[in-house]
Amino acid sequence: MDILENTALSLGKKIRLKEIGVREAVKASLDQIDRQEPKIHAFLDVDEKKVYARVKEVEEGIKAGRYRGPLAGVPIAVKDNICTKGQKTTCASRILGNFVPPYNASAVERLHAAGMIVIGKTNMDEFAMGSTTETSAFGITHNPWNTNHVPGGSSGGSCAAVAAGEAFAALGSDTGGSIRQPSAYCGVTGIKPTYGTVSRYGLIAYASSLDQIGPVARDTADCAALLDVIMGYDAKDSTSMERKSENFLDSLKGDLHGVRIGVPKEYLDLAENLDPDVKKAMVDTIHLLSRNGAIVEFFQLGMVDYVIPAYYIIASAEASSNLARFDGVKYGYRTPEADGLHDMYKKTRAEGFGEEVKRRILLGSFVLSSGYYDAYYLKALRAKALIKKSFDDAFYKYDMILAPASPTTAPEIGKSLQDPLKMYLSDIYTTAVNLAGLPGISIPVAMDSKGLPVGLQLVGNCFSEKKLLDAAYGLEKLRGSFPMAFQAKVEKKHGKERA
Amino acid sequence: MMEKQYETVIGLEVHVELASATKIFCGCSTKFGGAPNTHTCPVCTGMPGSLPVLNRQVVEYALALGLAANCGINQHCRFDRKNYFYPDNPQNYQISQLYVPICHDGWLMVDTSVGPKKIRIHEMHMEEDAGKLIHDEWEDCSLVDYNRSGVPLVEIVSEPDMRSAEEVIAYLEKLRMICQYLGVSDCKLQEGSMRADVNLSVREVGSDKLGTRTEMKNLNSFKAIARAIDGERARQIELLEEGRSVVQETRRWDDNKEYSYAMRSKEDAKDYRYFPDPDLPSVYIDDEWISRVKKAQPEMQPEKAARYQKDYGLSEYDAKQLTQSRHLAELFEKTADLCGNPKKAANWFLGETLRLLKERGLEEEEVEFSPEHLAALIVSVEKGEVNNQGAKEVFEKIFDEDVEPMAYIEAHGLKISQSAGEAKAVVDKILAANADAVEKYKNGEEKVLGFLVGQIMKEMKGKCNPGQMKELIISKVK
Repeated sequence: MDILENTALSLGKKIRLKEIGVREAVKASLDQIDRQEPKIHAFLDVDEKKVYARVKEVEEGIKAGRYRGPLAGVPIAVKDNICTKGQKTTCASRILGNFVPPYNASAVERLHAAGMIVIGKTNMDEFAMGSTTETSAFGITHNPWNTNHVPGGSSGGSCAAVAAGEAFAALGSDTGGSIRQPSAYCGVTGIKPTYGTVSRYGLIAYASSLDQIGPVARDTADCAALLDVIMGYDAKDSTSMERKSENFLDSLKGDLHGVRIGVPKEYLDLAENLDPDVKKAMVDTIHLLSRNGAIVEFFQLGMVDYVIPAYYIIASAEASSNLARFDGVKYGYRTPEADGLHDMYKKTRAEGFGEEVKRRILLGSFVLSSGYYDAYYLKALRAKALIKKSFDDAFYKYDMILAPASPTTAPEIGKSLQDPLKMYLSDIYTTAVNLAGLPGISIPVAMDSKGLPVGLQLVGNCFSEKKLLDAAYGLEKLRGSFPMAFQAKVEKKHGKERA
Repeated sequence: MMEKQYETVIGLEVHVELASATKIFCGCSTKFGGAPNTHTCPVCTGMPGSLPVLNRQVVEYALALGLAANCGINQHCRFDRKNYFYPDNPQNYQISQLYVPICHDGWLMVDTSVGPKKIRIHEMHMEEDAGKLIHDEWEDCSLVDYNRSGVPLVEIVSEPDMRSAEEVIAYLEKLRMICQYLGVSDCKLQEGSMRADVNLSVREVGSDKLGTRTEMKNLNSFKAIARAIDGERARQIELLEEGRSVVQETRRWDDNKEYSYAMRSKEDAKDYRYFPDPDLPSVYIDDEWISRVKKAQPEMQPEKAARYQKDYGLSEYDAKQLTQSRHLAELFEKTADLCGNPKKAANWFLGETLRLLKERGLEEEEVEFSPEHLAALIVSVEKGEVNNQGAKEVFEKIFDEDVEPMAYIEAHGLKISQSAGEAKAVVDKILAANADAVEKYKNGEEKVLGFLVGQIMKEMKGKCNPGQMKELIISKVK
């Protein structure tokens, strides 16, 4: 069996049993990257020398018994807004084009402690602002299922890398759906944990109150194992939560019996926006779940119309402040010629940031400016509190909520950015989860008529990842195996040859 | 026509650097000085992905100061971001407290020439200091040192309750004294650990409407503050007298030219786009924390002064003078207890110590001699082992170098070594040689006593105790 056919966990197991060497596993990934990158461009930086230096460390660490976890030796891709010591971390922005952090993000430290190998840094929407990975300053990423389509965003590189078999798993970040939506578009599984579960130290902030790092992988078990690795209290992040070690992986049973699942009526009533294939996947999944012991009900969630405006006001406000530090003074890009300090600031930022980032900085600066703060920012915070309350009410009745991850499957390249407002509206199913700080998992359930994957998300109450992962695991079993794009294409090709 | 009478209305914004060993949001040292950018880390240099973590000691100090200044405490206080671009501000926002500051609505009682006056405090909030820009004239470039970036500050905002430079200085001195007593700050104006911005307006006496105010910055000594207040008052009155109006603006005081210059007016005042910092959860200060800080409050100046009057029998004035600095007061107390003579100890502190402080240009906090040494000196003087002149010389050495007084007295021949018999012989000799003076004394001319003592001192080359000599003369002449 080809090494690439393994999930992260099966690879980890074979490495533990010495059936596959760490070096072999890494080589398989790097070779696949060589093959796939010309078409996909999921990565911004792959430093083979560093990777092999790390392989040596890991080989020794496994031998010495330092790395005993289920993912020791497994290559993983990391989104380029997560700091990696000594390796460029650009946020896919020209303004950080040459930035090499002198420290690792806490999540990366945890990958290291688990014996995992960072294989490269993945492409994304600039500063995680976007839903297609097209706002990257360093080229677009293509959807491995159909390279004319986007992979989604902003963690498009991480999701495409997993779908293309270039990495066995990846870290993404999710501020308004940036893990769940590209996971759906690329046919992979991704989880946005409860706010505060994974340390944000070293995650270059977009919107601090909404950002969370989370796993992207081929299936739920891999996601659970990876979440076990990266979660945990971190004294360096004041918003990090003390949670008892849950061991998500070992508690997976796939038991759906008696699980109460609510489906917000409003989510299916978006007649003109909801793609019929996505709606069909929802309906089919509802039937599948109910037939297998789950109790599925429609209900009125409420506050749905306020989600997008509240999200874009809060996220942009925080972004306008978070991105102020990129000014050409201390690190990153500085305009080559300027007439004094203010001209240097203006030119550096005008040349360093892309259009979508500038749009959100302007929007955020506006909603925080004196005279508008109360009318926009404070109101958005109030809406956020009410949105959280509507979820609290829902979780009084239901264990979790089932929803699409996106109203459509992956759009064609070049179609989304023409109308930013429409692009913002497509975040309708994902952003509320961030506003309420909830965990959400996106798993692929079907293919649409164009041959692109459809993903749905399960959303749980705060700290309910165990329940959520178990339900996703159960749904996955009912759904049956779902190949990665690179596997599906091989099958298709073989099928044709046979025919 | 009668000349108009004007009243000055002043409010202060005072920044006090808190004395925590580490910065407000990271573990870097707050030590003053140090090679540029050596007390820095990703957090206080605003590196991407770094996050602030609140130093609880800073909250504790701010809390102690707020309680000592009779403030109400916001038990759920929060941090906000103040957004503005400047290279000394690495994140291009300062973490401060706007919406819910830690302390509010306090007051201090200050002493003025016309009696005590209550100055109200609007609020106190915690914030981080910025770095320092250094312009290199040779290379024509600016460099930035982030050592000070993230050093904790408390900003104390008063109500516009002060009416003169005298009241302002009295308020600042009181504030400094409280900070030093609490140990929350050393409040050194020269090093910038205490800085004041002055908001000043004038109005006609009798008016209860506030005039248009200006804010003055760059005031780094009490004298500069006093000059700036007088200068700005005069400038505003002149404007009004000319029929012009005062513009609300920020002005920079130039102490050399004794004039303030406009920095920016209200029209181009910055919009700081304050909003709650999402990286920092709100701080919960529970009742237990408040009562613990209250309990840990040291004896403050008024109580200390009262105790000195009661236990040491000092005058109200002396007790007050001695307690202006907690550091000096503690040195005094130790000295008094060691030598068992509080009045004599007080004299050394109020006389020679203050004189030397002034002469050496030192702050009270910089006095570092051992109380044991001064106490030994006092005992020695009492025993008549060294005369006053010699003792002053010894004390100066104690003050400067903390010498051991007995060894110094021995080594420098200051000890009064003559035996009682020897002294008596000298006294007899002098009295015999100055019979006319003795006669005058007997006739009630007290002042000749001094002359006779002087003659004895001369004969003995100063190695005797003038008091004892005086007594000897009196006993002989009677």
